[in-house]
Order: sequence, then structure tokens, then C-alpha cells
Amino acid sequence: MRLRNKLFFLFLLLGVIIIFALIKGAVNISVANLFLKDNQAILHLRLLRIIASILVGSGLAVSGIALQAILRNPLAEPYLLGTSSGAGLAAVIAVIIGVSRVYMPLAAFLGAVLSIVIVYNLSKERGIITDKSLILSGVIISVAFSSVIVFLVSLFGNKAMHEMNWWLWGSMQVYDYKLLALVFFPVILGVFVIYFFAQDLNAISMGEEAAMHLGIDVQNIKKILILVIALVSASLICICGISGFVGLIVPHMMRLVVGPNHKVLIPTTCLAASIFMISCDLVSRTLFSPIEIPIGVITAIIGAPVFIILLKKGKRI
Amino acid sequence: MSVLLQINNISGGYYKEDIVKELSLNVDQGDFLVIIGPNGSGKTTLLRLLTRVLALRRGEILYKDENIFQMNLKQFCRKVAFVSQDISTDFSFTVMELVLMGRIPHLKRLQYETRKDIEIAEEKLALTGCLSLKDKRIDELSAGERQRVIIAQALAQEPELLFLDEPTSHLDIGHQIQILDLLKKFNERNSLTIVMILHDLNLASAYSNRIALLENGTVFKEGKPQEVLTYQNIEAVYKTIVLVNNHPVTGKPNVVLIPGEK
Repeated sequence: MRLRNKLFFLFLLLGVIIIFALIKGAVNISVANLFLKDNQAILHLRLLRIIASILVGSGLAVSGIALQAILRNPLAEPYLLGTSSGAGLAAVIAVIIGVSRVYMPLAAFLGAVLSIVIVYNLSKERGIITDKSLILSGVIISVAFSSVIVFLVSLFGNKAMHEMNWWLWGSMQVYDYKLLALVFFPVILGVFVIYFFAQDLNAISMGEEAAMHLGIDVQNIKKILILVIALVSASLICICGISGFVGLIVPHMMRLVVGPNHKVLIPTTCLAASIFMISCDLVSRTLFSPIEIPIGVITAIIGAPVFIILLKKGKRI
Repeated sequence: MSVLLQINNISGGYYKEDIVKELSLNVDQGDFLVIIGPNGSGKTTLLRLLTRVLALRRGEILYKDENIFQMNLKQFCRKVAFVSQDISTDFSFTVMELVLMGRIPHLKRLQYETRKDIEIAEEKLALTGCLSLKDKRIDELSAGERQRVIIAQALAQEPELLFLDEPTSHLDIGHQIQILDLLKKFNERNSLTIVMILHDLNLASAYSNRIALLENGTVFKEGKPQEVLTYQNIEAVYKTIVLVNNHPVTGKPNVVLIPGEK
């Protein structure tokens, strides 16, 4: 299939899934009645969820692409930088000390940023960030913070536990559209910045020295991109908690479909990740409606088998 | 012949230690210079310093009288290209995509490759005998094909000076000769200056017009093959006794190893 057809197909799929996401839910509305005044509130809520899904999907998937190229590891995902556990820990502490729910996103954001600052500084050796130390520091900080989360939850029990689930497993239920608007711009900007470096990412994914021989200022570009990935994932955690897998699996699938060239990979992945997240959100709120299943569960349940199939089907990444 | 690259008393290395120590060497326009020397003598480190991957501690490197570390990096990479031993990556680009990356120094950011860039890439693929591999993915290639593709990428940079770090180390003798013949052709017809690390002393002798023998991070001896490849020099640096006679066809020095003699 030619690229143009693939793009057309993705756009078509996105359109169809958006219509489904608008009409399906705890209450099913037919397309004809969608714009009736009575349904306006529901339409509004569902529209916000769709926008959140598009933001989270594109933001995390494109951040994943950038990190995978920087680390030359197709298995990297944006949370590798410690953002998720940092945000989680900050949120738990906020719940325990009784911070108002309004400030929870801020706490999560600060926690995410703090963990990245620690990871970044741990991995810096004489001004240079090496892949191995970045991965190791990220893993160490994630494990350390996660254990503190469990420690605090076991001390303070149910109250913290209940509030925490939302953060740890994510949800597209946007309760504050101002916050969504606030997060919209840094995320979109971040995606564009990463696209701006598409050519550099191609070269860097062939190896740092190889990229340097092509005239690319690898160390500085790496620092800029880590900052961007950090801000995008921290911003997204604020509105939607932690949605695992999307940053890993969608780029992976799209490499199979369009190849590893970042100039093509980034825009197509934005489309595919939006489709993926809107679908997962749709499943999460319709499967056992009116109970809503955390979206992290859905992305993992859909993501894990797809991932295993891809892995078994061939080494082609 | 005019001097293309002037290396004045440079030192550099990785941690505190200098690997390359107060080394001086000139590369003339049109040279086919081969760098030889035992493991750990600083050959690869020297190439890293010359291509700006590593920073210099002391000394200076002048490219046509201009300090290379003061040149714009992209501009530098339009003149100087590098070919590594091999490539390994988990991202399966196609051969064409890889060779087009060689055009990056000539492109602006976000600029797509033009018709001209594609033509240049195809031309280099044809010259290296890889045009039929154009749409293959790089992980499907054999070692010999991969090496030719890496060379095609470097040529697509349209450099005046090409560095190669043991380009034949993973190849059988047939492919070794094929690659080196190809480079010799570029050296002679397109006046591409070549600086190459080789381990095989006889290949160095056969293809180079000059050889630099390194020992402990500095130049032990530099000159024409017959001046450098003497049994005395080789024994002094490699601590190995060899016989040197003349190649029956080319008349150049031919180094013969003697098993069991140490």
C-alpha cells in the first residue's frame, strides 16, 4: 500500500472511531440525535474525552518514538525517565497530607519533573548522557519511588489507595477542561519539536557516532529532546494519570506499517495513537458500563497480546 | 601537492589518559594514506579526533588552514566523511533511506530530499554496485553488501576527504579486494583523498601511496610503503619477526609472517 493510501485509511479510521466514541457510552445516542439540546452535556463530556485521548495518545507515542531513537532501543517508553513513579509518589503524598483535589495535577506534575531531574543528573557523566546510565537511573528511580508509594499506601491504607488508583491506571475522564486547555499547548508544542528533529532522529537511531559524522550535534539535541519528553509526559500525567503501553506499542506497530523513517513515522503514529486511545477509552467506559475500567488496564490487555504477536511474528521492528 | 589536513602536535583520549600523544602528520590532497599499528596504538582514537567525535586536549588540526573545531559542524561534514567498520541497529531502514542520510549535511532541518539528492544517492549506489539493493532493508544485507552501502552513504556526502576505520575487517578476501579496488578508483579518478586504518600490512602496502605506522599514540614512521614496511620497523613496533620481500606482481613490499618465531 502506498503511503498516501495508508494515511487516508488512518484518517478514515480516526473519523469512524470518533463517531463511535460520540454515540456510544452509558447512554447510546443515535447520530441523528447527537446535536439535540438535551444531549449537549453528554456530547460535551465525550468530546473532551476524545480530545484528551488524542492528546495522550499522540503525546506519549511521539515521546516514545523520540526516546526509542535516542536510546536506540525500540522497547523504551516515555515513563522510562521515572515520570510515572514520580507523579504517583507526589500524588500519594498529596492525598495523605490532605491537599485539595484541585492541586493534585500540580503535585503530580512536580513529582514527574522532580524524578526526571534526579534521573537526568544521575545519568550525566562529565556532561555527557550515556544510554546505559539513563536507562539504569530511570529504572532505579522508578523502583525506589514505587516502593515508597507502596510503603505509604500500606501505612495510610484505604483512603490513599482509592485515590491512587486513578493516577496509577489512568483515565480519560476530564473533570477540568481548563486543565485540559492548559496542557494542550505544551503537548502539541512538544510533538512539533520532536517532529522538527525528525531527520536528526533518523541519524541518531543509526548510532551517536554515525550521527556526529553526519554533522549532527548529538549531545545537545539529546538534552533538548529529553526535556521535551519529560515535559510532555509530565503534563499528560496531570490530566490523565498513567497510561502505560501506548508509548511503546503504537510506535512499534507503526514501524511495521510505514518503516522507521521518522519524517513519516511521527505523523502516522499520531493518527494511530489517537485511534488506539479513543478505542481503549471507548472500551473502558462501555464494557461494564456504568462502571469505568481504568484505561491503563485496557491498554495493557489489548497491548500485551498485540505486542507478543508482533514479537513472535518476526524480529522486524 | 598541497596539504589538505595538517595535524600539529595533537593529544587526546577518553578519561584522564591521553591515547594519542603529541602526534603530527600531514595529509596531502589526493593521498591514499593508510594508518597501521598494533592494537592500542591509538589508530581509532586518532580518527575520532580527526573527525571531531572526540575533543582535542592539545594541538590543532587544520583543514585547508582552517581549524576544524572552529568550523560549522555541518559544513565540516560536507567536506569530510567517515566509514565505520560496520553498522548495527534495531531500526530497519531501507538501503535508500540510509544512503540518503548521507545528504543530511547538505539539507536544512525539515527539508525533504530533493530530486537532486535522490539522484546523487542513486549514483553512489550504482558506483558501489548496490543499486539493486535500493529497496532492501539493511538488516537483510550480507556483511559485504552492508559495507558497500555504508561507503555509498559516505560518498553521498560528497566529501573531499574520506576516513575509513578498517572497512575490510569483517570481509572475506574477495570482498576485501572489491572494496579496496573501489576506493582506489575513487582516489584516482575523483581525486578523493583517503585516510584508512588497516590491520593487514599487505593490503596497506598494495593500495596506499603513504603509510603511517603508529606506536603508543604517536607516529613511529611515516612515508612510502617501502620506507615504512621494513622488517626492522615492523619488529620494533609489533614485536614480531617477519620477512619482507617484494610482491611478485606489484613489486611493493610483501610481509610474510613466520609461525612459531617470537
